[in-house]
Amino acid sequence: MNSALLQVDDLHITLQGDGAAFNAVENVSFEIGRGEAFGLVGESGCGKSITALAVMGLLRRPLSLGKGRIVLDGEEIQDASAARLRELRGSRIGMIFQEPMTALNPLSPVGRQIAEMFVLHQNASWSEAMDRAEDALRQVRVPSPERRIKDFPHQLSGGMRQRVMIAIALACRPDLLIADEPTTALDVTVQAEIIDLMAELCAAKGTAILMISHDLGLVANMCRRVAVMYAGRIVESQAAEAIFATPRHPYTKGLVDSLPRLGERSLRGQQRLREIAGTVPSIAAYPSGCRFNPRCPSVTDICRSTAPDITTLAADGLVRCHHHE
Amino acid sequence: MLLVLVRRLGNVIPTLLAVVALVFLLFSVLPGSFISGMNEDGRSVIDPAVMERMRKEMGLDDPLHERFAKYVAKVATGDLGTSFRTREPVTKLIGGRIWPSLKLVFAAMAFAICVGVTLGFLAALKPGSMIDTVSMVTAISGLSLSQFWFGLMLMYLFALTLNWLPSFGYGDGGLRNLILPAIALGVGPMALLARTTRAAVLDVLNADFVRTARSKGMSEGLVVKWHVLRNALVLVITIVGLQFGSLMGQAVVVEKLFAWPGVGSLMVDSVFQRDMPAVQGCILMIVLFFLFINTLVDLAYVVIDPRIRYG
Amino acid sequence: MKWGSNTWVGGSLVAIAIGVAVFAPWIALTDPVMDANLMNAELPPSWEFPFGTDAQGRDIYSRICYGARISLTVGVVSQICNSLIGVTLGLTAGYWGGWWDDVVSGLTNLMLAIPSLVFALAIMAILGPGLVSLVIALGLTSWSYSCRIARAQVLSLKSQGYVQAARILGYGDLRIMFTQVLPNILGPLIVIATLGMGGAILAEAALSFLGLGIRPPFPSWGSMLSEARDQIRAAPWLSVFPGLAIFFTVLGLNLLGDGLRDLLDPQSQTRRA
Repeated sequence: MNSALLQVDDLHITLQGDGAAFNAVENVSFEIGRGEAFGLVGESGCGKSITALAVMGLLRRPLSLGKGRIVLDGEEIQDASAARLRELRGSRIGMIFQEPMTALNPLSPVGRQIAEMFVLHQNASWSEAMDRAEDALRQVRVPSPERRIKDFPHQLSGGMRQRVMIAIALACRPDLLIADEPTTALDVTVQAEIIDLMAELCAAKGTAILMISHDLGLVANMCRRVAVMYAGRIVESQAAEAIFATPRHPYTKGLVDSLPRLGERSLRGQQRLREIAGTVPSIAAYPSGCRFNPRCPSVTDICRSTAPDITTLAADGLVRCHHHE
Repeated sequence: MLLVLVRRLGNVIPTLLAVVALVFLLFSVLPGSFISGMNEDGRSVIDPAVMERMRKEMGLDDPLHERFAKYVAKVATGDLGTSFRTREPVTKLIGGRIWPSLKLVFAAMAFAICVGVTLGFLAALKPGSMIDTVSMVTAISGLSLSQFWFGLMLMYLFALTLNWLPSFGYGDGGLRNLILPAIALGVGPMALLARTTRAAVLDVLNADFVRTARSKGMSEGLVVKWHVLRNALVLVITIVGLQFGSLMGQAVVVEKLFAWPGVGSLMVDSVFQRDMPAVQGCILMIVLFFLFINTLVDLAYVVIDPRIRYG
Repeated sequence: MKWGSNTWVGGSLVAIAIGVAVFAPWIALTDPVMDANLMNAELPPSWEFPFGTDAQGRDIYSRICYGARISLTVGVVSQICNSLIGVTLGLTAGYWGGWWDDVVSGLTNLMLAIPSLVFALAIMAILGPGLVSLVIALGLTSWSYSCRIARAQVLSLKSQGYVQAARILGYGDLRIMFTQVLPNILGPLIVIATLGMGGAILAEAALSFLGLGIRPPFPSWGSMLSEARDQIRAAPWLSVFPGLAIFFTVLGLNLLGDGLRDLLDPQSQTRRA
């Protein structure tokens, strides 16, 4: 018996191509406890975003849920009715997206877009909802909220638009906030502010966070546990410090090594940034066996023929590798 | 916002002037040949003195730029010349025909919008379904139809065979006479609107902000109402504005077919009778109307799209 | 990209139309103009006259076959004309810019402000009726589309430095326009021309119907309709078949144009879900 808030168990997501179906995401399992910050890391195209959409029930053609279970607070929702999912979205799970400019309706004032949440889920009247929207803007530290609620998205900066998105997502105090690359499209200086804001608000409201990013450093800083995805599978999952200190999977090692660290290169007399050779395979052309084998420095024959099983590690960790350390 | 309006108007004036210039240039060739044409047509030869007098009367011997300046001045004061045929002022000829033409064009556009936008919307909300296929087949057929032929077929079916509606003419200006010509005229824009609306709505349905709306827990109905409609509208309005132009062109033929007493049929008759001032006047009237509609469309944008208002 | 059904259906229809036009003398049953027997006037469709006969006793089917030649020729020639004018104006306007660009833009705005049928009517008013003036009129009305594309492409290539680079290499202006810019717009140009042909055929029909284009006794589909109009009650088939001929030909061109657009012009895909 566990008291996990969100439990994803053996999730599969199918991509319907021209005539053939592919497994975009396979055998993905993880758990997020109440109020916990959990990170999901991987390169573009590894399936992390669509995993998040699957949890929200927002997958659209040609993607669809294959087998697997998604359990929110004890309730199985992978087969839930559309109506039930709509109830959950916004009120129990909130989501913010990567591009704040295109994620907001350009023709509607931002205050109204926040107010929609209250009207939808809490039966508020529009005037009540607008007042609460102003409050919400204040909470996300937008200056002069009483003026800003009437502004349109194009009148705000990228950072402010993302604050609006956070206000929308957290408006009804959901149990879980899914953040899909929330800072990727923002200036570096603004990124830290947004992350701090998110962390603070969620901590205050007891909201769990599923943080999706390609930036291992960012995720490890913010989250208690981190899972690494590659080509549709989770290849490693550990506590944040452990991922950095003792990465077990060659891919994770590559990611950790490729993070530029101040002064390190000159220290070691190195000129180049370290990178992982090769590129992410496309869904239609996943390598057989371990999907990382073409790029792996420790590859052997068994890696090319057999997909590795999951090995459990200490403290709820796991790794999927024939040659993990 | 007023600034935007002024700027838009500023674009219209030069175009209008250019059209006046073009019309003048095109037809400045003619009155001369019209005069000589009267001879070549085999009619009794006109006394050269009379011809000279007519030439002087029409100012045909003055240099080109003088004639143009005079023409612009006359047009600006609402004098579109005198019809060769009836010797009446062209403005009088056209005046009585403006209202029937307007009725026809607006009725046709109303039909096109109601049917076309609805079809396009339904097709986009259920892509790949039977409704979608039927709508799009209808749309492309509508674009391929000869509108006057379609009018002829409608006439045959509803007027001559079934006898439900009058087959041609303005009648008392009531609805019964308006229906067939309006549908015949409106079928082309209807088809284009169906296709464009479908594309626009599909575009919007796939947009990021609609995904955000869904993530808030909105039903599809609310998503459409609160987020999709307005955004798709912007794209649709453009087409409506542009289609007015093609409508006016097609109206010329439809008016002739249904013996509708509008500016279009006047233009056709005038072309046949080589009544150049009348032809010029009709063209100017039509273009003026089209430019006016486009300005209205621009204004509509300003109202609907805050990015333009507070851009 | 695979060839959609649009392209196949449209292409087939167009191929049939072209086939009919080319092989008209072989597949027609009679001479379209000369074989007029008043004894056979206004007969409904039968084995001898598959589409019936008109008021002069001529076989409608044969007239439609020959009419295809006229309609398709008008369509092709006018579109070539439009494309030539449009591309020339567009390329030069974008390339040289300055006052010439302003002039061309002004002209384009002008053309956009005048409905094309009205403009064609005006030209025909000046030139008088007949096939030649019809083709000239239609050839002058819709060049603005190809002009815009050509100009946009030149400007885009300019902004990316291609033009500069070519100049530095010593290419002459004309060579640059033809070898660098033109190949990029060939796809959209073909789409525009195909769709434009449909429009030209419709316009020809309209003008001939009004009596300004091709006049009787020549069997243009439009003039056939104008003759048919007065007999609509007594002999409806006179109107049905020419109209259907126009419809299927233009439909074919529209479908083909749509299909080609998906293939050749990736930026403006008609969205299929």
